[in-house]
Amino acid sequence: MSAHKITFTINGVAETLTVPSHMTLLQLLREQLAYTGTKNGCAAGECGACTVLLNGEPVNSCMVLAPEVDGADLVTVEGLATDSQLDPIQQAILETGGVQCGFCTPGILISSRALLDRNPDPSEDEIREALLGNLCRCTGYFRIIEAVQQAARMPATVEV
Amino acid sequence: MLEPHVALPEFDYVKPATLLEACQFLADHPGEARPLLGGTDIFVRMRDGHWHDKYLVDIKGLDGTDDIRFDKQQGLTIGAAVNMNRIIASDQVAATYPLLVQAAKSVASYQLRSRATIVGNICNASPAGDTIGACLAYRGELTIHSLDGERQVPLESFFKGPGKTDLKPGEVVSAIRLPIPPAGAVGRYMKLGRNKLGDLAIVGVTALGYPQPETASGYAFRLALCAVAPTPLRAAEAEAKLAGEPITEATIQAAANLAMQACSPIDDVRGGADYRRLMVRNLTRRAVSKVWNQLA
Repeated sequence: MSAHKITFTINGVAETLTVPSHMTLLQLLREQLAYTGTKNGCAAGECGACTVLLNGEPVNSCMVLAPEVDGADLVTVEGLATDSQLDPIQQAILETGGVQCGFCTPGILISSRALLDRNPDPSEDEIREALLGNLCRCTGYFRIIEAVQQAARMPATVEV
Repeated sequence: MLEPHVALPEFDYVKPATLLEACQFLADHPGEARPLLGGTDIFVRMRDGHWHDKYLVDIKGLDGTDDIRFDKQQGLTIGAAVNMNRIIASDQVAATYPLLVQAAKSVASYQLRSRATIVGNICNASPAGDTIGACLAYRGELTIHSLDGERQVPLESFFKGPGKTDLKPGEVVSAIRLPIPPAGAVGRYMKLGRNKLGDLAIVGVTALGYPQPETASGYAFRLALCAVAPTPLRAAEAEAKLAGEPITEATIQAAANLAMQACSPIDDVRGGADYRRLMVRNLTRRAVSKVWNQLA
């Protein structure tokens, strides 16, 4: 079993680590770096709880190998807030009540952020399509969709 | 079985510098090494204990596998590592190959499609591969690399059974080329899943129709069926029906019946064989009708 030296940035911080071949990005995040905001749900690319941004695009981190992220730029849920300021999608999901048990929330936030980055004014259908790969067993989705709509109306950077 | 297995079994990740190096490694390790693209099927099978490869050979980013190229003579060449979201977002693909975009959009979720590839979908050789029907309808041709050089294989002769292809040890599919579609072509992918979006197909029917003055009907159709036989398949007799007679509701119904007879589905967790046969008939009728309404 070979080991790989990888260098990447995570939430703006540069990291260099040695990882085994069969380690997933999800394991790298949770077990090596203790970014435990990213959750392990199904480990099969179905539930979206482990969604993170890889070079700006959302991926299921359970379906990416740690050696594959050499040179990559990663953003996890911990990277959404800046200083004490929440990302608009975080603020909005609190206000609409789109969080109940919270297990799916980090993945939902990442998928929503990625949607708003590529489409700042999504329709309800576009929101549903973008969140198709993020399962939530509590909320019934309506308040999550409302949160994305609300975040789309908020200014991108919140005044301190 | 239903427990989530977060850990993958041990294997070596191999990142060659060129396609030739990848082929050399694969040729040196027959039966032990597998080319890796998005991994969206490979990792699931490894976690479930179905596959036990010692080496995964990453061919992303090697010698043009990341490129989408379009040329008015050659058509569209999609590198093996091009993910499905790039296909969906490409204006060029949407303008000339809208059926492929429609099929790609039906695959899983956005975040899975940022890893999943068209060539991976093909090499996985699942009878249910969503993008395979469109690639068959566009008469796709694969470019296969090995130490002996390069060969081109029509997609139609690539599949040998569920999960089985024409690939030999040491060979890698580096791209798929889709020729320019016939003038006036209209396509439709009808997918039946357990929910509206995202699930695997219980039955998938792809129809591409275009004006063709040489046929008796004045039109030609290409029909591909998925999830209803050991491999994705063309419904040749149904196609002949639609070319050979003036197209009416009765012709379309007869073609749909021929498509139903062409398939050989199995019973599984998603649906029974009898149900699948009936759905092939109904979806073929609907797909051809929709295409026909746009053509006529």
